[in-house]
Amino acid sequence: MQTIRESILKKGRDVLNIYFTAGYPGPEDTVEIIRLLEAHGADLIELGMPYSDPLADGQTIQRSSEKALKNGMNIRKLFSQVAQAVNTTSIPVIMMGYYNQMLQYGAESFVLDASAAGIRGMIIPDLPMEIFEQEYQSLFESCGMEISFLVTPLTSEERIRKAADLSSAFLYVVSQSAITGQQGAFSEDQIRYFQRIESMHLSTPVLIGFGIHNAETRAIACRHAHGVIIGSAFIRALEAEGSLEDKVENFMQSIR
Amino acid sequence: MVTGFTQKESAFAVTQDGFYGEFGGAFIPEMLYANVEEIRRKYMEIMGDTQFQTEFRDLLKHYVGRPSPLYRADNLSKLLGFTVYLKREDLNHTGAHKINNTIGQILLARRLGKKRIIAETGAGQHGVATATVCALAGLECVVYMGAVDIERQAPNVARMKMLGAKVIPAESGSKTLKDATNEAIRDWINHAENTHYIIGSAIGPHPYPDMVPRFQSVISEEIQWQLQEQTGRDYPDYVIACVGGGSNAAGAFYHYLDDQRVKLVLAEAAGKGIDSGHSAATSILGSKGIIHGCMTLLMQNEDGQIMEPYSLSAGLDYPGIGPLHAHLIRTGRAEVHPATDDEAMDAVIQLARTEGIIPALETAHALAVLRLNAGPDAVAVLCLSGRGDKDLNTYLTYIEQHKIEL
Repeated sequence: MQTIRESILKKGRDVLNIYFTAGYPGPEDTVEIIRLLEAHGADLIELGMPYSDPLADGQTIQRSSEKALKNGMNIRKLFSQVAQAVNTTSIPVIMMGYYNQMLQYGAESFVLDASAAGIRGMIIPDLPMEIFEQEYQSLFESCGMEISFLVTPLTSEERIRKAADLSSAFLYVVSQSAITGQQGAFSEDQIRYFQRIESMHLSTPVLIGFGIHNAETRAIACRHAHGVIIGSAFIRALEAEGSLEDKVENFMQSIR
Repeated sequence: MVTGFTQKESAFAVTQDGFYGEFGGAFIPEMLYANVEEIRRKYMEIMGDTQFQTEFRDLLKHYVGRPSPLYRADNLSKLLGFTVYLKREDLNHTGAHKINNTIGQILLARRLGKKRIIAETGAGQHGVATATVCALAGLECVVYMGAVDIERQAPNVARMKMLGAKVIPAESGSKTLKDATNEAIRDWINHAENTHYIIGSAIGPHPYPDMVPRFQSVISEEIQWQLQEQTGRDYPDYVIACVGGGSNAAGAFYHYLDDQRVKLVLAEAAGKGIDSGHSAATSILGSKGIIHGCMTLLMQNEDGQIMEPYSLSAGLDYPGIGPLHAHLIRTGRAEVHPATDDEAMDAVIQLARTEGIIPALETAHALAVLRLNAGPDAVAVLCLSGRGDKDLNTYLTYIEQHKIEL
């Protein structure tokens, strides 16, 4: 089986990673949304573990998390939904959540159970790189769990290289110093920042996320990276009325 | 004299990477790394600078009105059967200990070249203290406050506005201090380059849980010489303080952390009772985890979802506790006693009637645990962290609801 990294490198460009919150909008929608996203051209799925205090997230993802928690979503359910989804899905599923969730589950069982469920990678934005290196890197490697770290326009070059080295899946380039869900065009500063990372010729594939909300921002970001991550814009699409099928299809059309 | 530097190496000092035993650290998304790292690299140097110390001391003396009195409360002592001193932080400008820290941090923010200040607030005392120093320094000020707290601490909201601050309600979660802190952190992520976040409690990512107590340590520094003057001994047998995040407790304990002759006592908000499901008694109901960027004790469920605490007191209505405090509790250096809403209210009325002092509701929790099993020669210092003006509405409503005769 291909790793996440290999699959991104193989496609090479225009990689599309779609985020949504597990258990949103309905408690049992996770499997179906994964299926639909794959059918309509997503290359990767980033599944959010709903959290009570998502510090890095804007209102859209906060709302979806709150709803998912009200829907009774929890980590064990998420694992079992993924286990079901991967029977019919060939694209990799990545899990995004906060470090406290991993700790309370028991860090080692968390990684092992996630791996057993078929989750292939993780993004844990508040897990410091140093702690990952000291405490978890060998555990992740032993079960083939990949990981991605975030960098922002304020991250130093040295730290970007470190994040790229530690990221076994891809480097998550946060497009601006902001929480998720920003809408607007990219500024010249942002483009220069993308170019700066391009010029570093990292061997780790690069996906740009935060603020990618339409075809235009996607196309611009894809010029400077292997692809993009879209989250809040997709959650907003899921908030609308209509069948899941129509919502996913319309959204995927809209960002093409 | 240099605040927080007068101590010899403490057994409770923070480690290089920001830990107190198993608690502390900086568990933050990369979007905050540059800001927090800048403060971490510079705070000791800035605070140690002579010019900084002079300005800090000068403002504490002439603007805040320090030293705050250490008052021997004879009537209360007679009731309790041992000697009680009240450290009158309620007499500071703005009415609480919070200003000690905001004065320090505004001077720090200026040296970091920041133009905009944000803060979270529960009871509104930290918000007022932040709005005050921003007015003084001519810096823009935005305060996040839970929508529920805005309701119950209306006088402080009005004061912040008078002082020129913008007060933004936090509408997420339980709409209290935890959520206001989340919103402030998100604001900081969105304005990383020009903004300094003045955290008011001994919480947050390293170095805040170290920096805030250093600024507040002026409290225990004064207690030392004031006690020496009044009793001929520079330490008490007990120091008692309430704890939400833990800033006044950290300040009152600071110079006594390594002095085992001094018993350190914390009062936690038990709300309607420890087992009532409406409580904020973190040390009893909490477990180890991460909140607002630090590893500490917090109230959470088995999935790591942070629980919504409850206390009548907006300043103690927080599901976590500072990492230093978690360490003091876990190592047995400090003991914690819960106090319910009702016990705190009894203490408010008692202090008003015996000493002519109306304390803040937060402080009342410390007063409520003052029935120590102490002998007649014992000396206790209680940190009277704030005054009760802001709580008058809450007090009057409570008195009416409980048909208490005044």
